[in-house]
Amino acid sequence: MCLGIPGKLTEIYQRNDMPMGKVEFGGILKEVCLAYTPEAQLGQYVVVHVGFAISLIDEAEAEEIFSYIEEIEEPGVRGQRAKRRNIKF
Amino acid sequence: MKYIDEYRDAVAAKKLVEAIRSTTTRPWNIMEVCGGQTHAILRFALDEMLPGRITLIHGPGCPVCVTPIEIIDKAIAIASLPEVIFCSFGDMLRVPGSEKDLLTVKSEGGRVRVVYSPMDAVALAGKNPDREVVFFAIGFETTAPANAMAVVQASKLGLDNFSVLVAHVLVPPAIRAVLSSPENLVQGFLAAGHVCTITGIDQYRPIAEEFGVPIVATGFEPLDILQGVLMCVRQLEEGRADVEIQYTRSVRPEGNPAARKTIEEVFEPVPRKWRGIGEIPMSGLALREKYAKYDAAGRFSVEGITADEPAECIAGEVLQGRRKPHECPAFGTRCTPDRPLGAPMVSSEGACAAYYRYRRKCSGRACPACRRK
Ligand code: SF4
Repeated sequence: MCLGIPGKLTEIYQRNDMPMGKVEFGGILKEVCLAYTPEAQLGQYVVVHVGFAISLIDEAEAEEIFSYIEEIEEPGVRGQRAKRRNIKF
Repeated sequence: MKYIDEYRDAVAAKKLVEAIRSTTTRPWNIMEVCGGQTHAILRFALDEMLPGRITLIHGPGCPVCVTPIEIIDKAIAIASLPEVIFCSFGDMLRVPGSEKDLLTVKSEGGRVRVVYSPMDAVALAGKNPDREVVFFAIGFETTAPANAMAVVQASKLGLDNFSVLVAHVLVPPAIRAVLSSPENLVQGFLAAGHVCTITGIDQYRPIAEEFGVPIVATGFEPLDILQGVLMCVRQLEEGRADVEIQYTRSVRPEGNPAARKTIEEVFEPVPRKWRGIGEIPMSGLALREKYAKYDAAGRFSVEGITADEPAECIAGEVLQGRRKPHECPAFGTRCTPDRPLGAPMVSSEGACAAYYRYRRKCSGRACPACRRK
């Protein structure tokens, strides 16, 4: 229900006095209301929930988790980050 | 997809699991509040990757699951009216009311429409001036700004044929209710990342302090959840009870000020009944006086409807983390996603449906239900 999907903002326009935009999710374009992320710029990523962008993804923070993981690694393994492989399900 | 795939990296997940293992010295019970997290935990079998001493308890964070049966009955009564187009998120259509569900109303000829956004319902009201368009406004703080904006927009456009049946719920009072229960097992929380994206984390500080529990605002991908667990376990092991943010790419400490403002403008906190749990003080949102004319319950006089939940369903116990879905005698037999007895079997984020889909067979040692016995 609280699903929020990250997508790339590809178009910005106004409708009924409301800032609107088109957001791309893996090739699919959807119309999104930008009233809650008025600062969003073309090309930026937003988290979308029920047709509203609820946040701008902070690109630097998005990388944080990977440095966090590097820091917890055993000293021997550090640096040789293995090839990424997605979890199977 | 960007910002999704990289957070499903198996090697990084292993490293986080290892770190959790080496940090854990005692058994800990951690509740993930949000149904979206529950779904991801079961889907990616994250609970089975974790060391045996960490137990994840699935919380009440599925708005579909906690919407009380009497609100479903009200929705059904309104949707059955000939002049009404009843709009809802898809999940709600199969939630059983006392006698039927919204899907049955639709098959009986009622105008029930699934919408992706509440703004679609506003647009429908504009296109159908001779009909009453009613939107079923459910959800947590994540959805409240969208639903509030639909009301603001209808009011701006002068759409008097639009109204909302409001069943909004709030997370912090639910966490308090879980912690205040004498049977509470939960020692730390993963708070819901998208709820906190809207509200920020300030409301959680008094809870962490009063009950001495760590609370970590956590995202929804496997690495997010595992990092959230690690941050929570570190706090537990160090004897800290702070509010931290794991999901920093979306959650700012102050939340989303524009969204908070619109919620504040349209809604006010009220006591709300939760399915299977009962009434929790100030745990819901209702329209403010200023927008009272958009209240569907008043407009269609369904306020008086009350109903009891089916006795067999132990959803209340499941939603408070006291029992796992497959400890319910009806699980997988009299209650399945095709014929759900209770709401947690309907929504894909409901704990019962997630167990039915991913964990129907007991997986032995890793089976979270068996582990507790
Ligand atoms: S399995 Fe069905 S009956 Fe049992 S608690 Fe879950 S929803 Fe209710």
